Amino acid sequence: MDSPIVEMRDILKRFPGVVANDRVHFELCAGEVHALLGENGAGKSTLMNILSGFYRADAGEISVRGKPVNIRSPGNAIALGIGMIHQQFRLIPTFTVTENIVLGLSKLAFSLDIRAMEADVGRFSRSSGLTIDPRALIWQLSVGELQRVEILKVLYRGVDILIMDEPTAVLTPQEVKELFHVTRAMAESGKTVVFITHRLEEVMEIADRITVLRGGRNVATLRRSETSIRELAVMMVGKALPPDTAFPPAEAGDIVLELENIEAGGDRGQKALDGLSLSVRAGEIVGIAGVAGNGQRELAEVIARLRSVSRGTIRVCGKDITNREPLCAIEAGVSYIPEDRFGTGLAGELSVEENLILKEYRHAPLGRGFLIDWKKAAARALELVEQFHVKTPSLGAPANSLSGGNAQRLLLARETAARPKLIIAAQPSRGLDVRATEAVRTILDSQRRVGAAVLLISGDLDEIMKLSDRVAVIFEGRIMGIRGRDRLDMEAIGLMMGGLGESHDQA
Amino acid sequence: MAYQVFSPVFSILCAFAFGAVFLRVSGFDPVDVYVRMLTGAFGDLYGWAETLVKAIPIMLCALGVSVAFRMLLWNIGAEGQLYMGAFGASWVALSLPEAPAVILLPLMVAAGMAAGALWALVAAIPRAFLRVNEIITTLMLNYVAIYWVEYLIYGPFRDPSAYNFPLSVPFAGAARLPVIGDTRIHAGIFFAILAAALLVFVLGKTRWGYEMKVLGDSPEVGRYAGINVRLHIVVALCMSGALAGLAGMSEVSAIAGRLQHGLSPGYGYTAIIVACLARLNPWGIIIVSILFGGLLVGGYSAQFIGVPAAAVNMLQGAMLFFVLVAEFLGRYRLSLGGSAVEEVG
Amino acid sequence: MDGLIWISLLSAAVSAGTPLLLAALGELLCERVGVLNLGVEGMMLVGAVSGFLTAVATGSVAAGVLAAILAGGMLAAVHAFISVTLGANQIISGLALTLFGTGVSSYLGKHAIGVPLPVAVEVFPIPVLSAIPVLGDILFRKDPLVYLSYLLVPALWFWIFRTRYGLNLRAVGESPDTADTLGINVIATRHAYVIAGGMLAGLGGAYLSMVYTPCWIENMTAGRGWIAVALVIFAVWSPPRAMLGAYLFGGIDVLGFRIQTLGIMVPSFFLKMLPYIFTIAVLVVFTAYTSRRHALGPSALGKPYERE
Repeated sequence: MDSPIVEMRDILKRFPGVVANDRVHFELCAGEVHALLGENGAGKSTLMNILSGFYRADAGEISVRGKPVNIRSPGNAIALGIGMIHQQFRLIPTFTVTENIVLGLSKLAFSLDIRAMEADVGRFSRSSGLTIDPRALIWQLSVGELQRVEILKVLYRGVDILIMDEPTAVLTPQEVKELFHVTRAMAESGKTVVFITHRLEEVMEIADRITVLRGGRNVATLRRSETSIRELAVMMVGKALPPDTAFPPAEAGDIVLELENIEAGGDRGQKALDGLSLSVRAGEIVGIAGVAGNGQRELAEVIARLRSVSRGTIRVCGKDITNREPLCAIEAGVSYIPEDRFGTGLAGELSVEENLILKEYRHAPLGRGFLIDWKKAAARALELVEQFHVKTPSLGAPANSLSGGNAQRLLLARETAARPKLIIAAQPSRGLDVRATEAVRTILDSQRRVGAAVLLISGDLDEIMKLSDRVAVIFEGRIMGIRGRDRLDMEAIGLMMGGLGESHDQA
Repeated sequence: MAYQVFSPVFSILCAFAFGAVFLRVSGFDPVDVYVRMLTGAFGDLYGWAETLVKAIPIMLCALGVSVAFRMLLWNIGAEGQLYMGAFGASWVALSLPEAPAVILLPLMVAAGMAAGALWALVAAIPRAFLRVNEIITTLMLNYVAIYWVEYLIYGPFRDPSAYNFPLSVPFAGAARLPVIGDTRIHAGIFFAILAAALLVFVLGKTRWGYEMKVLGDSPEVGRYAGINVRLHIVVALCMSGALAGLAGMSEVSAIAGRLQHGLSPGYGYTAIIVACLARLNPWGIIIVSILFGGLLVGGYSAQFIGVPAAAVNMLQGAMLFFVLVAEFLGRYRLSLGGSAVEEVG
Repeated sequence: MDGLIWISLLSAAVSAGTPLLLAALGELLCERVGVLNLGVEGMMLVGAVSGFLTAVATGSVAAGVLAAILAGGMLAAVHAFISVTLGANQIISGLALTLFGTGVSSYLGKHAIGVPLPVAVEVFPIPVLSAIPVLGDILFRKDPLVYLSYLLVPALWFWIFRTRYGLNLRAVGESPDTADTLGINVIATRHAYVIAGGMLAGLGGAYLSMVYTPCWIENMTAGRGWIAVALVIFAVWSPPRAMLGAYLFGGIDVLGFRIQTLGIMVPSFFLKMLPYIFTIAVLVVFTAYTSRRHALGPSALGKPYERE
């Protein structure tokens, strides 16, 4: 290959508590389609955000077209010809396609000749192979069309190094085909495309070269012709860790949670859950493994009743709670530890004590008729705070003054104190230090012991492996397969996470 | 707690300092003016009495407004709800001229509160069920209420013996709230204190009050916990209206003795400032209301040396500004800060 | 009914609607950029009193108009500082402004009560146009400020929808983070339009005190500022519709005075209520029948912008 068009060397990027990029190297050759592969926390999005100017690296060097550069902002990157299309589109819903594309362009005249701009955008979209109606309003477009607008936006600014972050996550198979077609065409016309992804099949279909990252570090960079899906899968997830003997299996009892053929929509109108079936028994932890964005959040919300299903049934201990109100789930014994600790879980300005009683205040002994017995509430809160080792200056301190780990302990204390039958734990140890993480895991394990059913959703594969009795892999809103802890096969799991079914066999 | 006291004190002091500059520029001696205001409002028993008289409707409205604001419901309609409460009470009084006080007064109270609550309901239902912005609706309803009362005064309730002055038929003695001694301090003060105590009780001890706190902090968390958000929205706004209606009833019964023009010099708007200054704390509201009552009365005293009544409005406005600045300085975004159109439900 | 009476009515509607129009255009700009300004009433009043006092002192109408614009702008600058720079609650800030502005205007205006305006604002019938039957009498026999308001409507429409700055304006009001990513300075943009809005409100107030009823009366705006806020919603944030709405509301206003002379026994109070009831109805209908994604009004309206 010719000399690289982009070179990133020794890139280091830290966020509080985690090293997202640990001296990563990355090279791009002109005119290629390059896949950046990895699972959660691999550091792929971070790396590309650095390249496209949204983040600044803590250390490392970047050269573009042979010259060292300092990319300080997205504007800088675009000036260098580098543009990124994120998973969350940055478009203005009430504007037209044309208005979104030309917004902020310095070459705009004072007075806008709308017709001429629309004609120009129309021409440009056709010649780029990304046909779109320049007059369409953004809120009326499908997700695939929105993506096209985003791509056009950067191309229109003269970008020739395009980075796409999980572009196929929101597309229908038909749209994926079209996207690949367009990508190929762009590469052939000399543009360079980076595909951030975790989908193995697609990687093998579209990429010329593949860089695999794991845990913030390089694993390998290879040509597509030199590797196989199986190999990539293993590289993506790494070698299996032996299950931690601190958490031996417990006896599984009756079925507590039963999901049958659940279909539900996501926030962007796409199908988040697509025929998902699953059951969880008392006394077991079922871990949901999968790359973020495959329906995990929607799955949790659907069971906690914060989201409705369009099809299928949800049963808790035999009781049908499909599409009932949240109170129904609570009364059925469902506890939810949301990903979003302070948005959905804890009321930030309210005190520790006030947060702790949120699930129990309706019944005795805390609730008596119309009133709340605050003396009993305080005693209960004290009990829980001690039992769960929540470090707080007082029971009256506002919840948002607690550290991440203590806030999570608080949340867990509240959710498990009510003796739930089912616990949904979504990313429970995200952002926590080692000690807090251990505490969280111990609590979940002890809940299992007393007979609760636990659905553990986590982006941390190691955590899933350590804690789960059974591991289910979710991909595109469906369960690809389930393995018991004695049958854990990293390769199979990697394949399933990448979109290939249980029975898939590829050389 | 320290911050709760710091913020209003800071705001009030800054506003007075600002006012002093204005006064000086206009040729007055600020110290002289402020001393007159102070003695006028708090210097003697008469002053105190008048201060309390002015403070009562402010207290009631502000307590009502604070209930709504706690839930991030911006009820700007206290003024209109007050007028509707006055209407409700007047209607009862004029319909039952022969009734004894023992029956009439409680009925008037009930009618006043009901009228205020219903008026708030007109804005509450669209808000709860259709997410219609309550700022505009409550505001518009203020004007409708005032014109409605004007219509009544010039029309059906008109006093034929009043030489075409816009006044309603005066109420019978039985319709007048009792006063304390020689002063004009009326039973309304007990209503206000009772309301504050009740509010403290509800917020502190009941399940409903707890749910309100949760919703006021994080509607999502409340929703997840199974709290009925819509019901809370409607009840909060109606309670808010009921208290303002009670203020209207007491003004019309104890002070005016009839339904008339200019019942309220903007109590409903002053109430908003008071509620913000007191950071929605019920007892704080009582205290700050007395201060504002004093401001009004003191303002009258200052008028004797030529300071226009408008100066009081300016001070009030300035105080509100400084509340916002104080909040920013304390970096303490309570339910007043940040997202203005934050939505519950 | 006699044609002449109609013409006279419509002409009066235009005059009555002009202060509403000016204030509404100002509020429109402000809200388009995402800031709710509930201080319009206060800004109109300070504009009215400043304009009046300056005209009295200098004998120049132009100076008065300038003073009004400046006064409105200064008050708006405070609102901009508190809401945009400090990111505080826009509702409270606006309310404080109204109260403060009302107070200041009464305070400053105490010397102006009963004082006549030394200069009159002349009516200039526009040649040719004023000769058009009916329309000419209604629209083109007015004073320069009214003509200014006529020009402002298409000018603002053009600015908002046909210039690059208008595009930026709308972007900031709809999605400030997207605008920020594309290099638009959200804070500066918001400041600029909030102040511009205040200037227009001040101008509207000046019209009241210098043309419509050339005198100063305490609280002479009588809630017009609030109507202007409602008008903006009624106009769906579009200048031409704001014009229609302003004249409609202005018409209802003058109708109230005139209806008795026509012998129609509708109590004038109900007519006065009409603009407000109308606004509530419009708001409810609009909000209820608008789909989620097609939000009513600039999406970022009322929310302070904080850079992540």
